[in-house]
Amino acid sequence: MLPGPGARKEKNVDIVVLLKQVPATESLIQVADDGVSIKTEELKWVINPYDEFAVEEALRIREAQGGSVTVLSVGTDKAVEAIRTALAMGADTGVLVNDPAALGKGALATARVLAAAVKQIPFDLVIAGQRAVDADQFQVGPAVAEYLRIPNVSMVIKTELLDGSIRCHRTIEGGTVVVESPLPMLFTTQRGLNEPRYASLPGIMKAKKKPLETKTLADFGLDAGALEGPTARIRALSPPAERGGGRIIEGESAAEKAAALVKALHEEAKVI
Amino acid sequence: MSACIFAISEQIEGAFRKVSFEAVSEGRRLADGLGLPLVAAVIGSGVEEAAEALGRYGADRILLADRPELADYSTEAYVRILAECIRQEQPSVVLLGATAQGKDLAARLSARIDAPLAMDATGIRLDGEQWVAARPMYGGKIIAEVILEGNPPIAALRPNALRIEEKEGESRMEKIDVDPGPIQVKTVDKTLETGKIELTEADIVVSGGRGMGGSDYTVVEALAEALGAAVGASRSAVDEGWRPHADQVGQTGKVVSPNLYIACGISGAIQHLAGMSTSKVIVAVNKDPEAPIFAKADYGVVGDLFEIVPLITEEAKKLRG
Ligand SMILES: Cc1cc2nc3c(=O)[nH]c(=O)nc-3n(C[C@H](O)[C@H](O)[C@H](O)COP(=O)(O)OP(=O)(O)OC[C@H]3O[C@@H](n4cnc5c(N)ncnc54)[C@H](O)[C@@H]3O)c2cc1C
Ligand SMILES: Nc1ncnc2c1ncn2[C@@H]1O[C@H](COP(=O)(O)O)[C@@H](O)[C@H]1O
Repeated sequence: MLPGPGARKEKNVDIVVLLKQVPATESLIQVADDGVSIKTEELKWVINPYDEFAVEEALRIREAQGGSVTVLSVGTDKAVEAIRTALAMGADTGVLVNDPAALGKGALATARVLAAAVKQIPFDLVIAGQRAVDADQFQVGPAVAEYLRIPNVSMVIKTELLDGSIRCHRTIEGGTVVVESPLPMLFTTQRGLNEPRYASLPGIMKAKKKPLETKTLADFGLDAGALEGPTARIRALSPPAERGGGRIIEGESAAEKAAALVKALHEEAKVI
Repeated sequence: MSACIFAISEQIEGAFRKVSFEAVSEGRRLADGLGLPLVAAVIGSGVEEAAEALGRYGADRILLADRPELADYSTEAYVRILAECIRQEQPSVVLLGATAQGKDLAARLSARIDAPLAMDATGIRLDGEQWVAARPMYGGKIIAEVILEGNPPIAALRPNALRIEEKEGESRMEKIDVDPGPIQVKTVDKTLETGKIELTEADIVVSGGRGMGGSDYTVVEALAEALGAAVGASRSAVDEGWRPHADQVGQTGKVVSPNLYIACGISGAIQHLAGMSTSKVIVAVNKDPEAPIFAKADYGVVGDLFEIVPLITEEAKKLRG
């Protein structure tokens, strides 16, 4: 049972959620004229779905234990919408690092900025998505943990707070592994962790008054030069090889179709 | 100065992931091209005998870190050991498999040794002086060519993207004794499904979507069994509670690139396609001739899956004797 208002909570847990705004997954993604970026004019932007799980899990932990949830994002003015949505879901505070020098430098640079920003916020737990569904890098979470010198656990589907530690169920191919980590630590989310709530109307109203700070690199004693470093720099983007629609297997009966398909897979495609 | 090509393998309870052999095979090809030795690393406990397998795929030297406390994967210990090996070996490039564990390891290792990383790469090559990798972005809607700036470049290779090749030759096992340091994150329990073919490694995947109409997947499972295939699902089927999350194929599920993908009762939403469009051959069985999946399928069968799929199973069984 969740404790009611005013009830004594177990132990306050201060949580930072790393949140990125990304194009909605149904978006048509097209390469821009420069050949190294995508066309953004018509895109609908949303909270990265894995970060939505992170927000939800943070709220659930806060509701059970007490504490705070801060949402942290590196992005442009536009990312304010994503942070506001997380605040409307119930997060307490938002921080947006909005600095052109912090953008487009790759995963390790983003992780450096995020780690510097997290250091200014009291935290027991950092929650990130396993990946942002734009560049699909799966890199920023563990890299932030490295820069913060805290343990990390990837692709978590279940958490249990213990006294001063957390038990995480993480998925691997063909199984689940349960680990225990001391706090502070960072974990990344996997689908199955929870079902994110929708922002309620009162939540949306309240979110407008919640604190949302904007910061630049200078606030962390960083500058553009400090973010130069090894990176996977995009040389070219291209659409994947077009899959031509193949052929529909015709036949008088279902049995005929099935036989024709298996024949084609065996003799033509040679895959069975 | 680069002295070798370095491949990191992944084993669980003494069994290597298939992608480890893909990484070692690709490492061999790169090493041959550059005239460098191939060094493969194995970390675990009681895995010396298993480690010898890497020699069959062309590893010249096998570095073995074998200690009881390394029985279970630990980000901390593995990163510490590998960072030290890489410092000593000065590789030209580091390869590993982009599994759940491989991604975690690659991400933290790249930050530790300040090296560029191409995650989920489908290929890597040296272009003049630059290491260039190909990797899908936006759930495979875009393919990026990335230049890996920094040393040594790390490529976490997408399972099933590269060819496994056996190679004759000598290999030498070297035990390494790097202190794994304190392990803060402790493994307390582990459930492994045995005997199940892993989706991302399978040569053939048969998936069922909302068209299955319920949690009874017998028809799909029977076809999978006849073909030696793994069973997948669309997100709708997972959301309905018909299949576990681990079976979900798509942008927020697993990405699979089997030789053959058979989609049964799946409409072909863009998020589903993101998880399977790199399959070599795609078959769709759907009763709606207008279903978008047919535009991506090499072979389409229009009809009721409950009628068609068992007949396909029968034909497949005949074929396989
Ligand atoms: C953020 C986000 C992430 C997502 N991630 C994923 C993801 O990772 N993977 C994923 O799959 N989806 C994902 N989706 C959901 C996706 O948009 C679709 O809703 C989903 O893929 C549809 O699943 P389906 O094809 O099984 O169901 P439907 O679209 O309902 O299609 C069912 C199909 O079955 C056919 N059918 C019905 N009965 C029969 C029968 N008896 N015989 C033959 N055919 C039959 C119908 O004609 C229909 O084409 C995501 C969505 C969002 C918003
Ligand atoms: N610009 C960003 N701002 C905040 N968090 C981010 C940012 N980029 C990545 N992250 C976090 O890191 C996770 C993994 O991202 P990536 O490594 O880019 O796939 C995301 O799910 C977020 O939690």
